[in-house]
Amino acid sequence: MSVSELEFQAHAAESAPAGGGIEGRSQWQLTWRRLLHDKVAIASMVVIAVMVLLAITAPVFASLYHHGPDQAFTNTGTTSTGAPVGPGTHGFLLGTDYIGRDLFIRILYGARISLFVGIVTTAIAAVAGVGIGLIAGYFGGWVDTVLARFIDTVLAFPYIVLALALAAVFSPSLTIVIGVISFFSWAGISRIVRGQTLSLKEKEYIEAARSLGAGPWRIMFIDILPNLMGPVLVLATLYIPTAVIFEATLSFLGIGVPEPTASWGSILSEAQNYYTVAWWYVVFPSAALLITTLAFNLLGDGIRDALDPRTERIFAAGKRGRRRRRRLAARQGTSPLTPAELGE
Amino acid sequence: MSDTLPRDAAPPMPPDPDTEDDVLVRVDKLVKHFPVRGGGLVRRTVGQVQAVDGVSLVVRRGQTLGLVGETGCGKSTLARCIAGLIPVTSGTVTFEGRNITNLSRRAMQPVRREIQMIFQDPYGSLNPRRRVGAIIGDPFAVHKTAKGAARKKAVQELMERVGLNPEHFNRFPAEFSGGQRQRIGVARALALRPKLIICDEPVSALDVSIQAQVLNLLADLQSDFGLSYLFIAHDLEVVRHVSNDVTVMYLGRVCESGPKDQVYDSSRHPYTAALLSAAPAADPDAAAQRRRIILTGDVPSPINPPSGCRFHPRCPKAQDLCGQQEPALEVKPGDPATHLTACHFPVQEGESLARVAGRERR
Repeated sequence: MSVSELEFQAHAAESAPAGGGIEGRSQWQLTWRRLLHDKVAIASMVVIAVMVLLAITAPVFASLYHHGPDQAFTNTGTTSTGAPVGPGTHGFLLGTDYIGRDLFIRILYGARISLFVGIVTTAIAAVAGVGIGLIAGYFGGWVDTVLARFIDTVLAFPYIVLALALAAVFSPSLTIVIGVISFFSWAGISRIVRGQTLSLKEKEYIEAARSLGAGPWRIMFIDILPNLMGPVLVLATLYIPTAVIFEATLSFLGIGVPEPTASWGSILSEAQNYYTVAWWYVVFPSAALLITTLAFNLLGDGIRDALDPRTERIFAAGKRGRRRRRRLAARQGTSPLTPAELGE
Repeated sequence: MSDTLPRDAAPPMPPDPDTEDDVLVRVDKLVKHFPVRGGGLVRRTVGQVQAVDGVSLVVRRGQTLGLVGETGCGKSTLARCIAGLIPVTSGTVTFEGRNITNLSRRAMQPVRREIQMIFQDPYGSLNPRRRVGAIIGDPFAVHKTAKGAARKKAVQELMERVGLNPEHFNRFPAEFSGGQRQRIGVARALALRPKLIICDEPVSALDVSIQAQVLNLLADLQSDFGLSYLFIAHDLEVVRHVSNDVTVMYLGRVCESGPKDQVYDSSRHPYTAALLSAAPAADPDAAAQRRRIILTGDVPSPINPPSGCRFHPRCPKAQDLCGQQEPALEVKPGDPATHLTACHFPVQEGESLARVAGRERR
């Protein structure tokens, strides 16, 4: 042991707080610290933050360029033959669409719809999924039988068919889009939550809570729920891109957000007829969709790894695994979750 | 809590142990059977696990009743029945003269304040995602007796009382050692100032030196708060140290019960004698002299227990009668009225079962 090391230790001992006011680091603080070591997750968070920022500030860009999201520029926005103009032409950063609207502005406004739908539907699905999963898992018996069969039914349902039927009965609207996506998203979360609840409710600390006289609701939401937040957070992060794609699919099929509101799906739907003459019409909205969903997926993976540092020992192959194993020594804390429990 | 040597913890016996006023909990012919369901579509009940089968016992005010027996003999099931955590098949549990058997959760609520539990596993019994302050404050939250600053103050007083640093209320259970965690469990059980604490093997997961600390803490709390304990353990020396009375269970039934000196020093039931002979002695000279009673075979399945006396297939003294007729739990000739034994052929004074076992069994 070198002298400097001894000095360092002596210094550390002197400056250590004398007992009082020590606060334990929560699971979330530990997870956050591990997440900050994951470069991929950091990059994903930056991408998502930029995307959200662009979506929020879309009207600023619209007024900056003096291009409204639904405003068609028939003179400057289309060529003499009526085709869209390319990127950079006449001040259209990413070109125009088939009637001369600014593609850049429309993609930004599309991000508002996509992210809004993605986050709102996932929030609804998470709340419903956690509630129903907890109730089914904790109460068991006939309650569980009924709810579990209902979950299976929803998961087995052909969602595109229901969406088409709903769109045929009602006129397409944002509300229907959110309703349909939420309805088909909660069941997957429910199933995971139910399984976790079934194992958690046998823990001795649940029996301890019952011996204190805690009722079923208190046990579910105060004792079991905190132990579920990890897998639910991972699932929710992975459900956001699914919902974004779901919305794009519905809009692509013409049963999503109605015209002229811009949505990545509806832009791609229109672009089908023009991709031979206007590559930018397909590439830029697709890229926006791809980058957003990829970022959410990678962030979800990162959160999963951060919640359960043992995961990488199982999947410790390749360069990424070796890099992570070196960092393992510096990490602290474990989670009772195994990758199988977290996986969807 | 610096002293690690156990003191003699049990308070002296009251002058008249049979007064009904002294009885805090009376368990009468308690039966708990768990149905065993078949694997088929209809899931018929194909059998019953007779976990507890007609157990009667009494816990007296301010005293400790030790409950001993092998793993799987129904000790913990009995504890959970008394605490109202699982429904009882038949029989009664009376607390302070009031029948509390199978009460609804709402009706049980006031009783819960009087009966608390300390669990065996100091790791499993504390929620890993909640701070210690929240865990110890739970009883106050559930029974709405204190909130906000008052609750925090009460929690910190409890932590101090059980020998934890009150500044650590913001920590998580993972940041404490096994002994400290068990102190957290004790603080939680103590929060509502109960009259009875059911200790379900509270020290069997701990180091021996830590065991002594926790046992001394329990003894101090007993004298300070006038607590009664139902103390479950399989460590005979621990039970002898803490108990006033001892009840020995085998396969869901009581074999022998009575004041600890009676049960330990003049055991009547061959099973008690065998258990005591198996306990390791700390003194090597005594260990060399002691003669073990070797029991053959395993504990039979509680799904299909032996007829008559449940111990007879393994008993060195068993005769034909033992397999035919169930022995009653009664006072044997020469014993005081508090010493009950369920055996047709109780061990006599000076009789060595080790010799019997050696001749007949091996």
